[in-house]
Amino acid sequence: MIQRRGWKRWLIALAVLHGIVASAGFFTPYDPTEQDRERPYLPPMKIHLVDAQGHFHLRPFFYAEHLRAGSFDQFEESTDQPVPLRFFVSGVRYRLFGLLPSGIHLFGAQASRFYLLGSDAYGRDQFSRILYGGQISLLAGLFGAGLTLFFGTLIGATAGYYGGWRDGLLMRVAELFVALPWLYLLFALRAFLPLAVSPVQAFFLIISVIGAVGWARPARLVRGVVLSAKERDFVRAARGFGATDWYLLRRHILPETSSVVLTQAAILVPQFVLAEMTLSFLGLGVPEPLPSWGSLLASLQQYSVLVSSWWMYAPALAIVPFFLGYLGLASALQQDTGAGKIVNMTDET
Amino acid sequence: MRYFLRRLLQAAFLLIGVSILTFLFSALAPGNYFDEMRLNPQISPETVAALRVQYQLDRPVPVRYLRWVNSLLHGEMGYSFAYNSPVAPLLWVRARNTLLLALVASLIAWTLALTLGIWSATRLGRLPDRALSGITAALLVIPDLVLALGLLIIAVRTGWFPTGGMISVGFDSLSPLEKLRDLALHMALPVTALALSALPTLVRHVRAAIADALSAPFLRVAASHGIPRRTLLYRYALRAAANPLISLFGLSLGALLSGSLVIEVVMSWPGLGPLLLEAILARDLYVVIGGVLCSTVFLVAGNFLADVLLYLADPRIRTQVAAR
Repeated sequence: MIQRRGWKRWLIALAVLHGIVASAGFFTPYDPTEQDRERPYLPPMKIHLVDAQGHFHLRPFFYAEHLRAGSFDQFEESTDQPVPLRFFVSGVRYRLFGLLPSGIHLFGAQASRFYLLGSDAYGRDQFSRILYGGQISLLAGLFGAGLTLFFGTLIGATAGYYGGWRDGLLMRVAELFVALPWLYLLFALRAFLPLAVSPVQAFFLIISVIGAVGWARPARLVRGVVLSAKERDFVRAARGFGATDWYLLRRHILPETSSVVLTQAAILVPQFVLAEMTLSFLGLGVPEPLPSWGSLLASLQQYSVLVSSWWMYAPALAIVPFFLGYLGLASALQQDTGAGKIVNMTDET
Repeated sequence: MRYFLRRLLQAAFLLIGVSILTFLFSALAPGNYFDEMRLNPQISPETVAALRVQYQLDRPVPVRYLRWVNSLLHGEMGYSFAYNSPVAPLLWVRARNTLLLALVASLIAWTLALTLGIWSATRLGRLPDRALSGITAALLVIPDLVLALGLLIIAVRTGWFPTGGMISVGFDSLSPLEKLRDLALHMALPVTALALSALPTLVRHVRAAIADALSAPFLRVAASHGIPRRTLLYRYALRAAANPLISLFGLSLGALLSGSLVIEVVMSWPGLGPLLLEAILARDLYVVIGGVLCSTVFLVAGNFLADVLLYLADPRIRTQVAAR
């Protein structure tokens, strides 16, 4: 079902999804850390077209909500005052892509805050937190995969190109890493690193930990490609003309590995996004107040939230389109290039 | 026989390597279990230092490693600071629960995968086949964390299943039959999550393997001889397809055993996962090392089992090994 379409379509779909998350400032109405202590665990707001008097409004509107008198978790709409939903409103200042300062938001409202997907324990807008949280989770996945592939290619190319004792040593170590259950390895590595760190430190810590555990599989694949590539006639010819090792690797051999590396990237990124989510979910990842998909889900560990606030589950659903995109891309790449079979459980040890 | 011995030896070397690796990581780690104590004004620095000496944390890494190997041979696997007991008994109780969970889950997942995979392979390209591959694709993109949380929400909101733990309060006073029922109810959620997370890969592989076998020339000849479809499918195709499936079985067993970490934590199943998490948060060094090693043993054991089964099932491998 997935395989028949070209990989370009998947790439475009992924680019759009990542673009939305990257420009979260524009698509979200509020700052992800801005609190509203009057409205904790507010359910998603309803968008109306017909008001309480039965009049039809062309512009969608919503009612501001407040705690019902004498209750601490029941909200009711103040139906006397419809708040129109506005598009391209100016609001909180943000920097688009971390660079361009702007204050324009896709949607918002003047008189009251609008909660598209409800609010969390501190009354922070869940929708904004999901989009901003995606920035951290996806960035961790992308950087982690980049790091892993860098080390994997480096080690794999060294082992394959030079052979001999280097090959033996590196591949024995790689075997060790492949045999390790990688989630446990991730945990063990995280266990031996400091627990209390600043959010930014934690982020880079997670990326490097994630990057450090996964290199073995890509390294083995790259080694295989390099082994066969270095025996090709044009490589031998170039060597005969006196090309240096570095030139041969850069010009002739590494380009051969590109399809394997790309396919691996499409497989690794969602895996690492999930790894970051798992770590953050368990409280070992990026700490508050920064949102990440994992730490957003962490509130579901409380029984009361699980019972009454289903919208806290929304971040879990947000990742599904991303994973679908990556899966589609990976299988389309494999079909197109015919290289690098899906390496999951069937990889030989 | 020599083949098995060699595989066992390989596995042993692997485990030694893994234990050295985790020890090295632990040596690079800043801080240890007793650092927390230093913040407590009631405990003097001398006491903390004495404790460190008592637990040998002041010794160099190789010495600690050798002492740990020694205690492993005595069936202890080091000492847990938090539980104040040897690690091995702690691990054993938890590993048993993880084992129970993973075995039941893989039994269910494989039964389903074989039925669905064969059913799908005999209807290649038709509507049921395409519907099933759509479903497996959907399951494939839903990560286990999301799946487990979703199931948990359903369970909590409907109240159909007990959530958390392995047994109810007052388990001991129940009759054996009620005990079994109670355990089954508690297991239902984690087992479902685990089985569903493993299912899509298995179904796809079974489908591919059977479809491959069915299109093989010898089966077409058999079909043209008028051998009934059922015999064709179950006696010939299944046998021909068994080879990749057996190695997948061992791998999936290992993967399930070591991959149930997240699901165990979410569903608060008292397996290795929650123990490891607690140990990490408490910096309980030897429990972390033990937990990692334990799950590696599971993985390696799964692979070994697959090798043994393959050897028994496939005459080609037997002759290959004998020829070597």
